[in-house]
Amino acid sequence: MLLKNELWIAIIIFLLLFIKIGKGLKNDSLLTLIQVLLFINVVLGFIFNREGNIFSGMFYSNAVVAFQKSILSIAVFLISLLCADWLKKSPNIAEFFILILSALLGMFFMISSGNLLMFYLSLELATIPVAALANFDLEKRISSEAAMKMILSSAFSSGILLFGISLIYGATGTISFSELPNALNSGPLQILAFVFLVSAFGFKLSVVPFHLWTADVYEGSPIAVASFLSVVSKGSIAFIFLTALYKVFQPLNGVWYNMVVILALATMIIGNLFALRQQNIKRFLAFSSIAQVGFILVGMSSNAAIGLTSVTYFVLIYVFSNLAAFGVASVISERTGKENIDDYKGLYKTNPFLSWILALALFSLAGIPPTAGFFGKLFLITAGATKGNYWFITMVALNLIVSLYYYLRVVRAVFMDKNEQPIETIRGNRAVNFGLTICAAGIVLVGLVSWIYEYISKLS
Amino acid sequence: MNLLYLLGVPLITSFALLFAGNGKAVKVISLVGATIQFVLALLLLYAFRQQRLQGNFEDMIFQHNYAWFSSLNINFHVGVDGISIAMIMLTAFVVLAGVLVSWNVQKMTKEFYFLLIVLSLGAYGFFISLDLFTLFFFLEIAVIPKYLLIGIWGSGKKEYSANKLALMLMGGSSLVLVGMLGVYFAGGRSFDLLQLSQVHIPLETQKIIFPFLFIGFGVFTALFPFHTWVPDGHSSAPTAGSMFLAGISMKLGGYGCLRVATFLLPDAAKEYSYIIITLAAIAILYGAFATMMQKDLKYINAYSSVSHCGFVLLGIGMLTKTAITGAVMQMVSHGLMTALFFAVIGMIYERTHTRLVTEMSGLMKTMPFIMTILFIVGLCSLGLPGFSGFVAEMTVFMGGWQNAELGYRLATIAACMSIVVTAVYILRAVGKTAMGPLTNQGYLQLKDASWNEKLAAGLLVIGIVAIGIAPFWLDDLIKPGSEVIMQKLSQVVK
Repeated sequence: MLLKNELWIAIIIFLLLFIKIGKGLKNDSLLTLIQVLLFINVVLGFIFNREGNIFSGMFYSNAVVAFQKSILSIAVFLISLLCADWLKKSPNIAEFFILILSALLGMFFMISSGNLLMFYLSLELATIPVAALANFDLEKRISSEAAMKMILSSAFSSGILLFGISLIYGATGTISFSELPNALNSGPLQILAFVFLVSAFGFKLSVVPFHLWTADVYEGSPIAVASFLSVVSKGSIAFIFLTALYKVFQPLNGVWYNMVVILALATMIIGNLFALRQQNIKRFLAFSSIAQVGFILVGMSSNAAIGLTSVTYFVLIYVFSNLAAFGVASVISERTGKENIDDYKGLYKTNPFLSWILALALFSLAGIPPTAGFFGKLFLITAGATKGNYWFITMVALNLIVSLYYYLRVVRAVFMDKNEQPIETIRGNRAVNFGLTICAAGIVLVGLVSWIYEYISKLS
Repeated sequence: MNLLYLLGVPLITSFALLFAGNGKAVKVISLVGATIQFVLALLLLYAFRQQRLQGNFEDMIFQHNYAWFSSLNINFHVGVDGISIAMIMLTAFVVLAGVLVSWNVQKMTKEFYFLLIVLSLGAYGFFISLDLFTLFFFLEIAVIPKYLLIGIWGSGKKEYSANKLALMLMGGSSLVLVGMLGVYFAGGRSFDLLQLSQVHIPLETQKIIFPFLFIGFGVFTALFPFHTWVPDGHSSAPTAGSMFLAGISMKLGGYGCLRVATFLLPDAAKEYSYIIITLAAIAILYGAFATMMQKDLKYINAYSSVSHCGFVLLGIGMLTKTAITGAVMQMVSHGLMTALFFAVIGMIYERTHTRLVTEMSGLMKTMPFIMTILFIVGLCSLGLPGFSGFVAEMTVFMGGWQNAELGYRLATIAACMSIVVTAVYILRAVGKTAMGPLTNQGYLQLKDASWNEKLAAGLLVIGIVAIGIAPFWLDDLIKPGSEVIMQKLSQVVK
């Protein structure tokens, strides 16, 4: 079954709709049901995988694509665990998951798309529900503002994307991924079209200079949504961007290499510099995730199997690390309403478990061994170095130092700074603790246990 | 003997620490772990000697090679030669002494010992790695424990120092990373030190890669002008932290400069050796003069560490066999000596609550044991024959003089002169602290060293004196290792 995950997600969505229309379930049991269904979705991603395409090449799947979808499934499952505190209080839990799963469905189709039209459709499906999600805290003004920003910038980037697609069709006469590589010959019109396409990708991936919406949207939306945006959304776009660069626009390699290098450096530097000064943990994580996207672009620049492998691997690690950080932020924000880094001072005295998880997540994001982030970043940089571009790699390596500085700032607040009124001891919800433990295990094991990387490498 | 035991023991110890109930259990577990590790290191030394006596003259023995990330050709490759054994012995001494000295830590005992043990794990792993990737992995493992040790248990402007240290060391390791990738791609996609040493990388490429590796590792070992983290970091760190920092962690850099930068890129090492010795000579003199101005005992030792570590780099830059042997000896000697020095300073500070030389005098009357140790370590530091410092520095000078070019001779002479300065600041500090009348009446009640402090100090003194009296042991151990490096270097000369 090529469409097994997509069908399963569709089934869950309809099931939730019926539950909502019918008598409805109590929040606790509904959430548990959803968690079980999402877990089945994760398992389903690893079995019965087949290669092939349907709908005359509109939709294809292979081992790598299946694995990439599994990464996204894992992330959504983890979000359902980590944000259990917040979700249980929400009166609209079914709607939340209907929206989030619709977006996930769109992403699945997007990664699997074999045609620019299919890609555009699924991208819209993946974006519009997220804008609705950003506004999920209906009574908060800042939330509406976030949603508005999100929908406007999405619409704008979709417009640019469509324009690019139409130019490509005009220049080559085809929009099929399999035919495009043969039709491309670096003509000026094609390059112009390609630039439009890359800017659209840039918007969704929040690559500098298309990143301006990111921090505001993260800050305004609920943490569950912000984590979905930063992990699942970014991951899926990174995957399709890989396909676009490595397969579809392979003939334009000479053009896009320089573009990716410059974008990577700009994204990393701007993301890092802005992250230095953030006070709000969500804005902080927003800029840190921009910097991480810069690192992903470093790996992408390699144009070889190692690029595909290392990016996929890194996104897997990024899922665990970033979700762990967001998870801790979500627990604290839900129980105490505190979202500032200064409020985290002295957290270790009262909440050692949360503090260690947060430290582990931040170290992984900073790329400190023995966490998986070290391996992820190192392999990305190795991939980026295949072209022998020393100054590029040096700049990337220097960015590692800057990023370490701001991650350590949070660690310092948690472990070292004194505080008269630290955050009180939080007795965590079981689902949340389970989710955080999975993340921690992922952060430690995905790196040290090398067969995960080898497995991805064999797939691609 | 399987080298993985060296990693297994600290790993198990740190896991056991996580489940330890109270402070007492934590200390006992760490002490047991460190002792087992110490015995293991002695056994390793013995087994190594046996192998050599039985005629096993392979460069690296006890090799184990496990595939790790095979698609990138990354292996978990370990093995030792005499140089690594010397460094492992050093680590074992310092770790055991560090655990003993920290017996009185009250604040977050479990975390403190956990971080110490993790730090030692990083050092052991670094010294046995024969694969650049694992080497780098262990190099970076050691950074964060240092940051937390200084930031949480430190004194003074600890947060500033901890940040400075973490960022500068991270900067160093980023440069190492770039250099490492350069070697990887230039040497046919391999991280394996032994394989890479067979490949001849063209001079032009070497000249690009070498500065990254040498400066990167140099930051760890206080290469001028990247030494600024040393005084702040050392003076803010808790006693055991300073011991580890100066005793082990600075040696990671020296070892890396030698084993990675010089060994893999000999042509470039030759090209750049002028710069290396110039910087080293500056560090030696600058460190010595800067020490003269210090009043805080920890700053005194920290700046003198900059000066002493300069000898390591000087020895490497001289490119003669004797000088390289001397550099390794200086690493071992300085590691033991500086660890002892910081241990003594910690003992004094715990009692007098000051580290300022100006506020202390005549302490010999109330704590004779501690002051005797202070004298021993001071004399070792200024290079009195009979202690390890003399042996190591002498070997570096001898080796340096063997390089007959004018510039190298001048650097050697300049470095020699620092000894006079060293004598001035050491004698002044030690004399002021220990001798004279006991002016502060409050100091009359001070107690002398307790059992754990005596044990720790005794252990390190044994090391210093053993090297001082019988330097040939260490020399025999190191020489074959430096010969291998010399072979690589001498292929270039012609």
